[in-house]
Amino acid sequence: MSGTLTIDDQIIPFSDGQTIIEAARTAGVYIPHLCHRPGYSPHGSCKLCTVFVNGRQCSACTFPAADGQKVISTNEDMQQDRLRITQMLFVEGNHFCPSCEKSGNCQLQGVAYHLNMLDNHFPHFYAQREMDASHPDILIDHNRCIFCNLCVRASRDKDGKNVFAIAGRGINKRLIINSPTGKLKDSDISMDDCAAHVCPTGAILIKHTGYQVPIGERIYDHQPISQVACDTEADHDE
Amino acid sequence: MTNKIKIATTSLAGCFGCHMSFLDMDERLVDLADIIEFDRSPFTDIEHCSPCDIGLIEGGVCNSENIHVLREFRKNCKTLIAVGACAINGGLPALRNFVKLEDCLLEAYRDGIGVDNPQIPNDPELPLLLDKVRPIHEIVKVDYFMPGCPPSADVFLAFLTALIEGRDPSLPYKLIHYD
Repeated sequence: MSGTLTIDDQIIPFSDGQTIIEAARTAGVYIPHLCHRPGYSPHGSCKLCTVFVNGRQCSACTFPAADGQKVISTNEDMQQDRLRITQMLFVEGNHFCPSCEKSGNCQLQGVAYHLNMLDNHFPHFYAQREMDASHPDILIDHNRCIFCNLCVRASRDKDGKNVFAIAGRGINKRLIINSPTGKLKDSDISMDDCAAHVCPTGAILIKHTGYQVPIGERIYDHQPISQVACDTEADHDE
Repeated sequence: MTNKIKIATTSLAGCFGCHMSFLDMDERLVDLADIIEFDRSPFTDIEHCSPCDIGLIEGGVCNSENIHVLREFRKNCKTLIAVGACAINGGLPALRNFVKLEDCLLEAYRDGIGVDNPQIPNDPELPLLLDKVRPIHEIVKVDYFMPGCPPSADVFLAFLTALIEGRDPSLPYKLIHYD
């Protein structure tokens, strides 16, 4: 099925099989998201892309586009909800931007800037999380993981390896590594894997590459994520 | 009696980097000085707050003295602003939150490399450390937040100008940074 739908009064065409967020991206319309990435199977967990479809709330990254759909993506209440969701992500983990290599290029930070987030609003968890620096080329800092599942999907669907999984529930939720020791060095991940590069935050970093881009030239230094998202999120379709 | 806007500033568990950034307003401070005056602040050495229009708090809360100072500011300042990453989320000092307080003290004062005459400081005049470093909004009501490590001089100017003119401060995209 193809046809047109409207997002915030803008008429947008879609093609067969597209979700709302895919149709929006094709038309250059940004819907905030963190667990979605073009070319990856949808996960629908971060809830930032929640939109009203014909009056009901849905995740734009999982909901199929349909002819005549009326989608509301941006109004004051929805931006406020997105702000609170983002603030919850910030206090749930340990996101200290000044000491993070990903700062300036981080999608979590980019979304927060886009939403004009000036504080974290909630009390901080200061959750006790580990760092896995065992691998010679790839660092995992669990403090920055937002459980978007992108590395899980990348390893499984793109790399054919199943290096990562999310284990546990609620406060005990954590990223686990498929290796005899649970350490990254004993897994079969390699630096060329999509899973090593897909992380939207600074949770999975390539070592020896930090701070190569000076402040002022990083992705979100001057342009909001709403403007650069379509360019920086490369398609990984076969 | 003057009609100047009274501003108090302090650094709790901070590095004074935000205060340095305030001074980075450079020649713009000259115009500002016609409109504002400092009450309690490292710039004046006044020890206690009298009633003020604006309080600027740099740093998070790491000990009992920080809590007393923060409450004094809240009591005396009509508008209280959290300045910089540490006041907003604990920042760098909050990295100690992941180590037991006892282990922090032992490492710093007994077991660390190069420690001379090892002993944990216990003078009764020393403020007691909290088990965790906390952002200031977890202790008192905070009216506005200025993110950045530090917030740039432009951020200070944007906030102060808005408040002096009676507007709600807001920041354009290019001034919002967490680093």
